[in-house]
Amino acid sequence: MSNDLLQQTSAEPGSTRLVVSLAISGFLSGLIIIGIYVATLPTITENKARELREAVFKVLPGVTRMQKLQFDGERIVIKQDSKDDENTVYAGYDAEARFVGYAIASEGPGFQDTIRLLYGYQPAERKVVGMEILESRETPGLGDKIYKDAAFVANFDDLAVDPLIVSVKKGPKSKPNEIDAITGATISSKAVVRIINEGNQRWLERLPLNPPPLAEEGNG
Amino acid sequence: MATPSNKTTAYDEMLKGLWRDNPVFVQVLGMCPMLAVTNSAVNAIAMGLATFFVLVGSSFLVSSMKNLIPKQVRISVYVIIIATFVTVADYTLLALFPAVHKELGAFIPLIVANCMILGRQEAFASKHTVKYAVMDAIGMAGGFMVALFALGAVREILGEGKLFGLSLFGEHFEPWVIMILPPGGFITLGLLLLLFNWVGERKKAFLAQVAAAERSGA
Repeated sequence: MSNDLLQQTSAEPGSTRLVVSLAISGFLSGLIIIGIYVATLPTITENKARELREAVFKVLPGVTRMQKLQFDGERIVIKQDSKDDENTVYAGYDAEARFVGYAIASEGPGFQDTIRLLYGYQPAERKVVGMEILESRETPGLGDKIYKDAAFVANFDDLAVDPLIVSVKKGPKSKPNEIDAITGATISSKAVVRIINEGNQRWLERLPLNPPPLAEEGNG
Repeated sequence: MATPSNKTTAYDEMLKGLWRDNPVFVQVLGMCPMLAVTNSAVNAIAMGLATFFVLVGSSFLVSSMKNLIPKQVRISVYVIIIATFVTVADYTLLALFPAVHKELGAFIPLIVANCMILGRQEAFASKHTVKYAVMDAIGMAGGFMVALFALGAVREILGEGKLFGLSLFGEHFEPWVIMILPPGGFITLGLLLLLFNWVGERKKAFLAQVAAAERSGA
């Protein structure tokens, strides 16, 4: 073994060979990575779009179709490109293409990492009608109840947004704008409420009672 | 590390990873994913399968190209090979099992840094034929998966009262939340290591006894 090693090191290959072998392996690796990226990209994009659509349908009861809208600085218009940004909002329509409500995405710091969520809002009644956590890394077993605990999620099925949503720690909620915080996960509960309030502050003024009607191919 | 003499078969090479040289319980390698993703049995198995794919694939490639790779840059080439397999596993999981990918998050790309995988390339695959290298990789990855599953199952059962998401104890079980938090990982791993060493000691003592009995009998 040690003899072998000595021989190998004494017969030192030129640096060209080292560079070439590294370059070749890097090149092949790059080709494979590009291949797998191109092969999986359509499925990944489709998954993301489906996930979002399902979330919109979940937070807005009765919705079967949606389209992306955008705030262009003055008013809400139908979004043309497919890239989502912070000025994107989703409008949900029922089977007869009647407007039901908006789905608003909002995010903010949770207990451990950013929480990203989507909530349904009905402008006519000024009510939150559903909430779905899209992304979070809250403590398993405690903070993750913000989406695993059905009772907590149900808080957001019928919730007034005025003057502000408040989380109540002790005793059951008594007002239409209150939710019951999760025992043992007060910070995560408060974070969800704060994120929704921030979303409201940002969006409620901008959202008209009636958005642009459903465009024919606007299934986005 | 036993080098395969004429007596060790490829089958032995596979078996050693499962028990005698188990990467987690005996070599104590790959602790980062071991502690991080074992808060449920499903996560543990998903991480085990991803690691299995990467380890077996890289061992196969490294062993079959061992004469082409110059010694001076071998580690870099191994890392390139491993990283490629990890990227393939990452995108495949993201496309086919987005829910699992979401749970495992950053720990899939981190398989690149799993010392067990690079360790097997350097210590075994680069010195043996393809057949032995692949069998060794299957054994080691299998042993790693068994260990992940053991940890994940214990933590899920105690921490959530469930296994594979199915409730085991009914309504009245109060889950030990600490078991699915990081301290639970350390506690469970410590106890399993204790068990493994204890069994090993017992076996050694037993063999010594047998040997002594044989000597006195002769």
